[in-house]
Amino acid sequence: MNTATLDAFWIILTGALVAVSGGLLGCYLLLRRLSLIGDAISHAVLPGIAVAFLITGSLSSVPALLGAAVVGLLCTWAIETVQHRAGVQGDAAMGIVFTFLFAVGVILVSSLAGNADLDQECVLYGELAFVIFDQTVWGMPVSTAILLANLLLVIVVLGVGYRGFFLTTFDPAFARALGFSTAAWHYVLMSLVSLTTVVSFESVGAILVVAFLVAPAAIAHLLTDRLPIMLLLAALVGISASAGGYFLAAALNANIAGAMTVVLGVEFVAVMAVKKVGVRMRPRVPVASGT
Amino acid sequence: MLSLQELLHFLSLSEPNIRYVVFGTVMVGIASAVIGNFTFLRKRALVGDAIAHAVLPGICLAFLLQGSRTLWVLLPGAFLSGWLALLSIDWINRNSRLKPDAAIGLVLSVFFGAGVLLLTYIQQTGDGSQSGLKHFLFGQAAAILPGDLWVFGITGLLLCGLVALFFKEFTLLSFDPDFAQAVGLPVKRLELLLSTLTVLAVVTGIQTVGVVLMAALLITPAAAARFWTDRIGAMVFLGAAFAAVASVLGSFVSYQQPNMPTGPWIIVVLSGFAFFSMVFAPGRGGLARLWDKARHAWKMQEENVLKAIYHSGESLGDFKAGMRAEAVQGQRAFRPFQLQLSLWTLQRRGLLERDPSGYRLSGEGLREGARLARIHRLWELYLTEYLRLAPDHVHDDAEAMEHLITPELEAQLEAALGYPKRDPHDRDIPR
Repeated sequence: MNTATLDAFWIILTGALVAVSGGLLGCYLLLRRLSLIGDAISHAVLPGIAVAFLITGSLSSVPALLGAAVVGLLCTWAIETVQHRAGVQGDAAMGIVFTFLFAVGVILVSSLAGNADLDQECVLYGELAFVIFDQTVWGMPVSTAILLANLLLVIVVLGVGYRGFFLTTFDPAFARALGFSTAAWHYVLMSLVSLTTVVSFESVGAILVVAFLVAPAAIAHLLTDRLPIMLLLAALVGISASAGGYFLAAALNANIAGAMTVVLGVEFVAVMAVKKVGVRMRPRVPVASGT
Repeated sequence: MLSLQELLHFLSLSEPNIRYVVFGTVMVGIASAVIGNFTFLRKRALVGDAIAHAVLPGICLAFLLQGSRTLWVLLPGAFLSGWLALLSIDWINRNSRLKPDAAIGLVLSVFFGAGVLLLTYIQQTGDGSQSGLKHFLFGQAAAILPGDLWVFGITGLLLCGLVALFFKEFTLLSFDPDFAQAVGLPVKRLELLLSTLTVLAVVTGIQTVGVVLMAALLITPAAAARFWTDRIGAMVFLGAAFAAVASVLGSFVSYQQPNMPTGPWIIVVLSGFAFFSMVFAPGRGGLARLWDKARHAWKMQEENVLKAIYHSGESLGDFKAGMRAEAVQGQRAFRPFQLQLSLWTLQRRGLLERDPSGYRLSGEGLREGARLARIHRLWELYLTEYLRLAPDHVHDDAEAMEHLITPELEAQLEAALGYPKRDPHDRDIPR
């Protein structure tokens, strides 16, 4: 492979890693009607990331990553407190908490001005193309390696806890009766979302992570009723968006993560269109009349 | 660092630059807060967030087509794409199985991603005039120009004017859309108008606080104001006042510290108002509710002690006998400290008297004890007569109700039961 192809490979792979982690977690978020919590967390980790930068100078160390991820968890806790303790309606509780944390984050980032590694724009959309300038570890760029480790963690936790996640998602009351702690599984899921948001930050920024948490799962949800297939489809959708986004961005010489999001949007519209047409073309099955 | 003198100098608005920033942010803040009240009450807070993210591609496209970054050119583009996002959310909700939250997240992120794609595309074309575009991402209140003030002023007046004109209709729409429909209001068109005004507020506000924080300008003032009042008129004014003060203070911070962004500081101050309201607002705030809870718990504790003494007197057939604290403890397991404290407070309220032989009910205490026993027994009787519960199942419920039943309810109960003399356990119902 020549360098250009190799670069393309690393970029697409890195994007795909973000998309697959986000897609898998997104399925559970979607089914639990928590898609917007993903949105809130992804905004709210910003102060965590800024402080991690302030202390360690980069995000490529495990303590910094974990520290930043804790802020995401704090955000879910704060939303629940504002909602249940203070009695603010759910959507507003979320809006107040995450905008506040994001504002604090932006202020911290501004006070770090001059720190070349973290500026306001990368907060919003990151830059996948910079992956190839990373140092390498195990023969791959550092960001890619971190994202790979994160994806493995996500797969292992979702795999080991499959039964618990499944039950607490679809039938929380039954799960509780069987002795599963719905709160514990909720926070495990939120920890994974938080961690994924933080590790994806440098590649796709804090906002576009939302696209990967919501869009692949939404597309997969339109296509199937079965969770394993939904997870698989979400992953495939994510991978194809990564590849498609790379080429779109290359054609326009623009931001890759943004292009991936646009591809996800196009995929969604395509699936909706096919479903609509499919519904119209399906022969009407006569309804058996009651006897 | 922060001196009063500087604050006064700032508030005197003698520097034109300060004037632009303060007027601009205050106008935007008030307009968003006013319209945000209805977004908040209709539980559509996060739709505002989606609209805010979704205006980015419109701004970029308008720039690409027109090649200028004056607000007059960019606003229509922003308005159109914000609108399109709103329609997309509704369309997805109606035409797919996706839940509203997923639809909002999807539209928000895809529109924003498209905006980022276009923005970076514009940036690499190297057009010199594009540098201002990214101000829309984070807002750049410091860059407000006199020309922008006109835009803010006109849209602000338009927004507030229309809200004032349709205040009654919007209120009805927010609280009871079904009723609004039933009385013949054009609900669909009013919703359309309200959504359009929201988009308009978002589009103008983005310049000062940026796409992400715009949602806060809509939601947070309303949420904070809600803690202080139940009246929508007062809520609108209070929300607007919070937004205005936060805008001034936020501008002041970034005036003091030039590298500090204005928008995020406005939001931090605004959130501060909201958090303060959550904790300290009378009535709805956290402290007030804790206080109410504690007061009620204490009232129950006192009433239980009084009842225990009354019961003991009843079984002895002598309400004049003194009763020691240990004997009260024997009637019901009180915590010793709480028992001592409530004996003391009951004594101070004149419900108990104390002499060397112990505590006994005063005249008023006797009446109060009898009242509690009466309510308890009436309720037990009511449950057995009307709900046909077994007499051994009604005590616990009555134990809770005796603290809650008002004199009016008591009278109704008595009348409904035909002024009974005996309860289901064949005890006297005291008069």
